[in-house]
Amino acid sequence: MSSLSRDDVAHLAMLARIELTDAELDRMLGELSVILDAVALVQQAPTEGVEPMSHPLPLVNVTRPDEVRPGLTSAQALSGAPEADQQRFSVPRILSDD
Amino acid sequence: MTNDLTRWSAARMADSLARREISAVELTQAHLDRIAAVDGSVHSYLHVDETGVLAQARAVDDARARNEDLHVMAGVPIAVKDVVATEGLPTTCGSRILSGWIPPYDATLVTKLKAAGMPILGKTNMDEFAMGSSTEHSAYGPSRNPWDLKRIPGGSGGGSSSVLASFQAPLAIGTDTGGSIRQPASVTGTVGTKPTYGGVSRYGLVALASSLDQAGPCARTVLDTALLHAVIGGYDPRDSTSIHAPVPEVVRAAQSADVSGMRIGVVKQLSGEGYQAGVQARFNEAVALLVDAGATVVEVDCPNFQYALAAYYLILPSEASSNLARFDAMRYGLRALPEGVDDPSAEQVMAATREVGFGAEVKRRIILGTYALSSGYYDAYYGQAQKVRRLIAQDFDRAFEVADVLVSPTAPTTAFRIGEKLDDPLAMYLNDVATIPANLAGIPGMSLPSGLATEDGLPTGFQILAPATKDERLYAVGSALERELVSRWGGHLLEKAPTLATVGAEVAR
Repeated sequence: MSSLSRDDVAHLAMLARIELTDAELDRMLGELSVILDAVALVQQAPTEGVEPMSHPLPLVNVTRPDEVRPGLTSAQALSGAPEADQQRFSVPRILSDD
Repeated sequence: MTNDLTRWSAARMADSLARREISAVELTQAHLDRIAAVDGSVHSYLHVDETGVLAQARAVDDARARNEDLHVMAGVPIAVKDVVATEGLPTTCGSRILSGWIPPYDATLVTKLKAAGMPILGKTNMDEFAMGSSTEHSAYGPSRNPWDLKRIPGGSGGGSSSVLASFQAPLAIGTDTGGSIRQPASVTGTVGTKPTYGGVSRYGLVALASSLDQAGPCARTVLDTALLHAVIGGYDPRDSTSIHAPVPEVVRAAQSADVSGMRIGVVKQLSGEGYQAGVQARFNEAVALLVDAGATVVEVDCPNFQYALAAYYLILPSEASSNLARFDAMRYGLRALPEGVDDPSAEQVMAATREVGFGAEVKRRIILGTYALSSGYYDAYYGQAQKVRRLIAQDFDRAFEVADVLVSPTAPTTAFRIGEKLDDPLAMYLNDVATIPANLAGIPGMSLPSGLATEDGLPTGFQILAPATKDERLYAVGSALERELVSRWGGHLLEKAPTLATVGAEVAR
């Protein structure tokens, strides 16, 4: 059994920047515990000495010539913004007063 | 052959357009009429672009009248899954958080569709951010299976599968992260391919799990699927994981339909227990047909597949938790303010927005991924899952030493009832048990209809898997099997689907 507590789930939700109601928190705790028990199966696989695989392709760094190419105009880039001001994204305060 | 244009194959539409027997506007209007008549009950589309699609069709007709060189698919209309960015058309990913978002650019695959002159009918429904196997996780309500409107059309691409099975489009774009093209095809009697990872550009796809996501073609026949694959495939400098090689010869393979001498591997771990009797029976018959057509069969052992589902449901949520961090209420999409807070911080606004903007499944997976990546648990969960991923890729490598393609049922069951698995996430996840291994290894896979299950009369799917970059093998085998099955059925499987009630007067043709 996983040992996830209600406080753990609340903490994870905070890290993930998702507000949860009390009812959602209760439900999530039950569901996550069941899912975590199931996915813990990976711990039984014969993985000794096995290299982790993060990607299906052998990745190489990709670069392009350092040349100007068409991009979005500022109006296009801002077209979906909840709020914009002086050709910038307008956001709530980042820092608190104290 | 029927005079109802919407029931034609895309290949026939393309031929007829090229011969000027029909016009692109006529063909597109026939589909718009069909949408008006049946989509109220099927709910495949989230958005229909009536004005835009007719203008695109007219442009093709005009170009043809001027004798311009046109792409073979010019004038054949298509539906696009709502996870693909389309300039000027809403793109919501089935989520409230992107309600009304209109992208300022096209995905590369959309640019290719437009360059080929394929008019875009609209955007298809999906589970929110492609998380699900039924479309029940769409914020805009589920799509329904044209075979039985009380049942699911698969997911996440249930809009794209149901649009084909209800003749509201001849072709559709899907994306497949763990089976979202193949499982919907399986439960609706349609065809779909997940190309090799990197075979179709991901530029302009809203990312779910970047190391697993792959866009691909959906259609009603194997040849139509190949024709669309050829349009959207190929290298894209804007996707750094795009394969720098020509598109495999998928159309030629579909036309050859040649399996003589081919070694077909039946994956021991992907059949038997847990698979519905009718699904297994149609699968066994299909394998026998391939033998009749000249293939040989070997059984292959992939012992680590038993861990695939567990590894997938750690890797996917981990990558998703990171990818979906972009929905922060700052640059696009919804912004919701927390209640009862004066002068809220950016952090508080982000959390409040994600509370109302995301559905339950998305929240569940983001939080699960956050857990799997957190320090203290990383090695036991995410790290371990990545090692299992390697073991699965090695199982495939060994299997492809003795077999040219691998086969299995696509999904363990036929379409289930809407609501049946909604409250049991694990039961929902099990739908993907046979499709997930291909995504983990990055190899290509196809699903095509294998018949109807005797016990419920619903479509069953046959999955074909090939080594990376050998996508053409899917089409050779799929086309051979389709030819044998269609000749036994006396027509395509979808001809057996019940007639949908229509609204209003459908234009008689």
